[in-house]
Amino acid sequence: MRDLSLHILDLVQNAVAAGGKNISLLIEEDEKKDFLTIAVKDDGKGMTPDFAAKVKDPFATTRTTRKVGLGLPLIDMTAERAGGRLDIASRPGRGTTVTAVYRLSHIDRPPLGDIAATVKIIAAGCQGIFFRYEHRKGRNVFVLDTKQMREILGEEVDFGESAVMEWLDGFLREGLLALDKTEG
Amino acid sequence: MKSLEELKKLREKLQSDTKLRAADGIKVIVGMGTCGIAAGAREVMAALMEEVKKRGLAGVVFQQTGCIGMCEKEVLVDIILPGAPRITYGNVRPSDAGRLVAEHVINGQIVKDLVVAKSV
Repeated sequence: MRDLSLHILDLVQNAVAAGGKNISLLIEEDEKKDFLTIAVKDDGKGMTPDFAAKVKDPFATTRTTRKVGLGLPLIDMTAERAGGRLDIASRPGRGTTVTAVYRLSHIDRPPLGDIAATVKIIAAGCQGIFFRYEHRKGRNVFVLDTKQMREILGEEVDFGESAVMEWLDGFLREGLLALDKTEG
Repeated sequence: MKSLEELKKLREKLQSDTKLRAADGIKVIVGMGTCGIAAGAREVMAALMEEVKKRGLAGVVFQQTGCIGMCEKEVLVDIILPGAPRITYGNVRPSDAGRLVAEHVINGQIVKDLVVAKSV
């Protein structure tokens, strides 16, 4: 995995695979406190405490847990290397929240990468799922909410259609650029 | 500026030909497990989308799937045309997107050197 945006895609795919119907992604860049937080929350099937405790270890993965595989161990590794940590909070039947924290200025922190490309693909593929993406940088906030998109576009439109994807692409890229504007 | 207002305008355009598109039903599915993502699935999907957009094709729907156990052949791409078997392509790179869209999606010709499986 070259950058964090690919890890994020992986985390959200886990949330989808867990049967989550409401999935949220929060990215927070805080330069003053020097941290970067990435949190993916779902209301899917959740994990037992035993299971949650071992998902960071690729070698503890048995065949039944194969779907977890290498995704979380890889994120755990990059977070620890960058002065951060990976937290997994989960309750069976209630859902899972995976939070990765990095020291923003740490030299080993992977770059965020192409977040717009990742979010576009998630949003386009979320039939029957509500996905909310919130990105905070200092005082600036950007939000993409597929619930809102669904309300505007109606039930029949597939977000995987190229016209919708094109809109998503522009909306995300412009929104993310605006996050970098100096705080007023 | 891409705004929610613009999305509202898009709605009218899209809903007016929903029936037409539903009949097309062309599906492109990209493997997005950890293995697929690490092998470049996101870039392959972006290239396929770009190709579809460039050719002005309506009615192509993109989907994602998890790991199907052929990790060594990622990036895996399935193309399903209505009434035709599901064709799975393996080791797909972004540079293959043009051929997959032009030959398979548009002309219905299977790109033989990239096929790894066929199922009904």
